Amino acid sequence: MKINRREFLKMAGASTLLGIGGGSIFELLAPGKVEASSKEKPAGRRAAMVIDMSKFDADEYKRCIEACHTTHNVPQIPDPKHEVKWLWTENFENAFPGHADEYMAERLAGNPFLVLCNHCQNPPCVRVCPTKATFKRKDGIVAMDYHRCIGCRFCMAACPFGARSFNWNDPRPFIKELNKEFPTRTKGVVEKCNFCVERLSNGDLPACVEASNGALIFGDLGDSSSEVRKALRENYAIRRKSELGTYPSVYYIIGR
Amino acid sequence: MYDKGKIIAGLIIFLGLVTLPFFYNKEKASSKPEPSLDTPGIQQMSQPQCVKSADFMRANHMKLLNEWRDSVVRDGQRAYGIIDDVKYDKSLQKTCMHCHSNKKAFCDRCHSYANVSVYCWDCHIEPDN
Repeated sequence: MKINRREFLKMAGASTLLGIGGGSIFELLAPGKVEASSKEKPAGRRAAMVIDMSKFDADEYKRCIEACHTTHNVPQIPDPKHEVKWLWTENFENAFPGHADEYMAERLAGNPFLVLCNHCQNPPCVRVCPTKATFKRKDGIVAMDYHRCIGCRFCMAACPFGARSFNWNDPRPFIKELNKEFPTRTKGVVEKCNFCVERLSNGDLPACVEASNGALIFGDLGDSSSEVRKALRENYAIRRKSELGTYPSVYYIIGR
Repeated sequence: MYDKGKIIAGLIIFLGLVTLPFFYNKEKASSKPEPSLDTPGIQQMSQPQCVKSADFMRANHMKLLNEWRDSVVRDGQRAYGIIDDVKYDKSLQKTCMHCHSNKKAFCDRCHSYANVSVYCWDCHIEPDN
C-alpha cells in the first residue's frame, strides 16, 4: 500500500480525534459503564449493620466479641503479630482517622469502637483476589471460600480497614472451646468476619447482634422498611474511611 | 566385556532388591478395607440409609462433597432435601459425620488403604469418638 504524507497526516489526525473523543462516545452510548465505580449503586439486597455507640458500655463490647469468637472458632493468639480478628475494638482516632481532634468529646476519645469487616459495596479485597476465594454474594456480603484461599494476602494489602487476618500457624491450639457446628481455619489462609452467613440462612441474626441488647442493628439496606434504614433515617451516621470509595455497609451512630 | 562376573552378579543383586517387595508380599493379598457402619447414629435408624445409594457414595462421595461445598459456600444453598421426613443439610460436619461419627473406622480405613490424603480435617472438626 502506498501512502503519501498528506494522507498519513489526515489519518493520524482522525485517529487522534477518535482517541480523545472515544470516551465521550462511550458515555453517550452506554452511560455510566466506563467509570468503574464513581457512584454508589442503589442497593438491591445489601446486608448492613448499624452500630449505635450511644448504647454501648464496656461490657457490651466484650459480650459481642465473645459471642462472635465462640460461634466461629476464632483463635485467641496473644502475639499481636499473629492475632486473628473478626470483631475487635479500635480507638476513635484509629477507626476514623482524620475525624479525631484535640478538643473532641471525651466520651469518644476515651472509648473503644467496635470494628469488623465492612462488607463494602465496592470491595477492594474481592478485586485483588487471584483465586476468587473472596467474593461478593448476591445479598452484599463479602464472603470467603477457605477451600480456595492460597494465602497470598493480596486481600490484606487491599483492605483499608485491616479487617483480615492471616493464619501464620495452626489456629486450633489457640481456640479455648471448639464449636463443633462450625469449622476452624487452617494454617496459610486468610480469614475475616462472615456476617454470620450460616446463622442468616437459618433465619437468625448475627451472633454479635443477638448479644448486643439492641446496640447493633442488622438488616437490608435495599429494603426501605428495614431496621437499619429506619435507624439511618432517624440518626446521623458515619462510615469508616468513606472517602476511599469502598462504600462500607457498617454505619456508626455516634450519638449525643 | 571386562569384569563380567562382577557386573552380572551386581545386576542379579540389583534385580533381587528391586523385586523383593513383590516376592515378599506374594500370595499375601492385603485385606480389603471394611469401613464400619456401626455407629449410634446409624443404629438408631430403622432403615439405615444415606443421602444417596451406597454404590453411588462409594464411587462419588468426593464429587458430591465438592458439589455441596460449592453450593453452600458460593450460592448459600444449604438444604439438601428431605428423605423419610428427615431434613438433610449439605454439611460434612453436621450431616455426614452426624451418622458416620466414626471417622477412623469409616473415612480413614479406605483412605489409608488407597493412600489418599484429604485435607478436610485441617479445618473441619472430626467427631469426638
